[in-house]
Amino acid sequence: MSEMIQAPRRGGVEALGDLTSRGPARKRRAIIERAIQAVLFACAAISILTTFGIVATLLGETIQFLRQVSIVEFLTGTRWTPLFASKHFGVLPLVNGTIAVAFVAMVVALPVGILTAIFLSEYAPTRFRSVLKPILEVLAGIPTVVYGYFALLFITPILREIFPQTGIFNVASAGIVMGFMILPMMASISEDALRAVPSGLREGAYALGATKYQTVTRVVVPGALSGILAAVILSISRAIGETMIVAIAAGLQPKMGFNLLQSMETMTAYIVQVSLGDTPQDTIEFQTIFAVGTLLFLMTFVMNVVSDWLVRRFREAYE
Amino acid sequence: MIGLQIGKTVFRAPESERPEAPEEIILSTRNLSFWYGEKQALDGISMEIPVRQVTAIIGPSGCGKSTYLRCFNRMNELIPGSNLDGSVEYRGRDINDGRVDPVSIRRQIGMVFQKPNPFPKSIYDNIVFGAKVNGMSADMDELVETSLRKAALWDEVKNDLKQSGLALSGGQQQRLCIARALAVEPEVILMDEPCSALDPIATTRIEDLIRTLRETYTIVIVTHNMQQAARVSDKTAFFTVGESGGGELVEFDETHRLFTTPSDPRTEAYITGRFG
Repeated sequence: MSEMIQAPRRGGVEALGDLTSRGPARKRRAIIERAIQAVLFACAAISILTTFGIVATLLGETIQFLRQVSIVEFLTGTRWTPLFASKHFGVLPLVNGTIAVAFVAMVVALPVGILTAIFLSEYAPTRFRSVLKPILEVLAGIPTVVYGYFALLFITPILREIFPQTGIFNVASAGIVMGFMILPMMASISEDALRAVPSGLREGAYALGATKYQTVTRVVVPGALSGILAAVILSISRAIGETMIVAIAAGLQPKMGFNLLQSMETMTAYIVQVSLGDTPQDTIEFQTIFAVGTLLFLMTFVMNVVSDWLVRRFREAYE
Repeated sequence: MIGLQIGKTVFRAPESERPEAPEEIILSTRNLSFWYGEKQALDGISMEIPVRQVTAIIGPSGCGKSTYLRCFNRMNELIPGSNLDGSVEYRGRDINDGRVDPVSIRRQIGMVFQKPNPFPKSIYDNIVFGAKVNGMSADMDELVETSLRKAALWDEVKNDLKQSGLALSGGQQQRLCIARALAVEPEVILMDEPCSALDPIATTRIEDLIRTLRETYTIVIVTHNMQQAARVSDKTAFFTVGESGGGELVEFDETHRLFTTPSDPRTEAYITGRFG
């Protein structure tokens, strides 16, 4: 009995002896493995370090800024004139401008985007879908500077035709064009959310005598709601962070109010204005862009976190 | 216990002990063939389904039994590229007639699916969904209670009708789906392998429910499980894959007769092969 067990074991040891390799070949392999690991780690570390570096720079300069301007004045003041002789550091006009442009953009992108997504996911024949999707992706690939000039040279003249009081630079035209820019993202993420709704739910609704429209509005869209909400938040976040269109078409006047036909300055446009100008470093004027940048970063960061949470919650529901 | 019962299934009283009135036919197909694109799924099936009985359809995978079931409420037409030949009649009326509204067909002929598919809504809203889309003006609270009672789910959920249907166990979800189908007051309930995703205890409860429901409803059930067909059905149809690649009807008979003295050797081979 014991002989029978030992026999294969002895053979096993011999076979293992053949499998173990020593010497330079093995060492070389180990070094290559370690080198590859190190390179991969370094690549991953670069993006992390960059993020930390950016946040550190933003916060450092922002702290410098807040030593001279109280945070209450910064966040609640309604006059933003850091570049003038009489300096005021109330950021609200910039926030106002940012929200106004984002609002117009969402008025365009939200309904059109969601309806496009519903059409693509539920109604479009496969062949039509295979044409429309790439076109939407082309829309997403247009450089924003082109959108900016499109707003200034095409949309603004049309607006001035309809509303003669419209300014050369105005919130409406920048917002409308930004809406078109966001549209593909809005439609694409919403479509993913709609398609993720299990087809069993659609069949369940049909089997109860629901029409297609009832199935879509009462089962599919509610089922995809958190995903669609995530798309909305990501779109708003994108609209708030968008720079080129507003810098070109919305103007550079920090103003409070709701008149969308006038010029307003957004947070991003202000940062561009100062960065491109001849404002000397280590002055309060220079530090303002970091304070505005930090606020912008926090706003988009919070929105991305919320949308991420929504998407995760949505996935949990069906998987 | 469940395992022990296999092999000595008790059949219900044979047909001879019942009044020998001619059966009233509620659903029938004549020479029904079906294609998904180029692929044939059904090949010339003619069958008559009696009212207020349980009719089971059994057969190997790919024999088209689910496809056949889905012809009765026109669910197949939701699949692009599908094609139907022959006729499907509900109470003598061709349901594929251009003037027939599929929505009204589906209200008369409800369906329960293989995988429980409650809507991500509350139990209450799941039940009233069908009534609402059909514009029924019933007392919704009452409808919810009677439907859940009929589906033997009321006692388990009556204290929390606002909780999500997805929070229930698999067996409860399937009974919720049955309750949801009953709420639109159909005449026929199609069941597409309703227990295949459930554990044995949940399966037993659904089977008990099917036996209760047959007093009031006509039930057509597709099942992989021959024991289940033997336990719950009055009549059984055996499908197989024909030479065309589409499903064919081999034999359709009283359940006890089909399982004890099948007339076609293919039926016998299938039944005995599975029974071992």
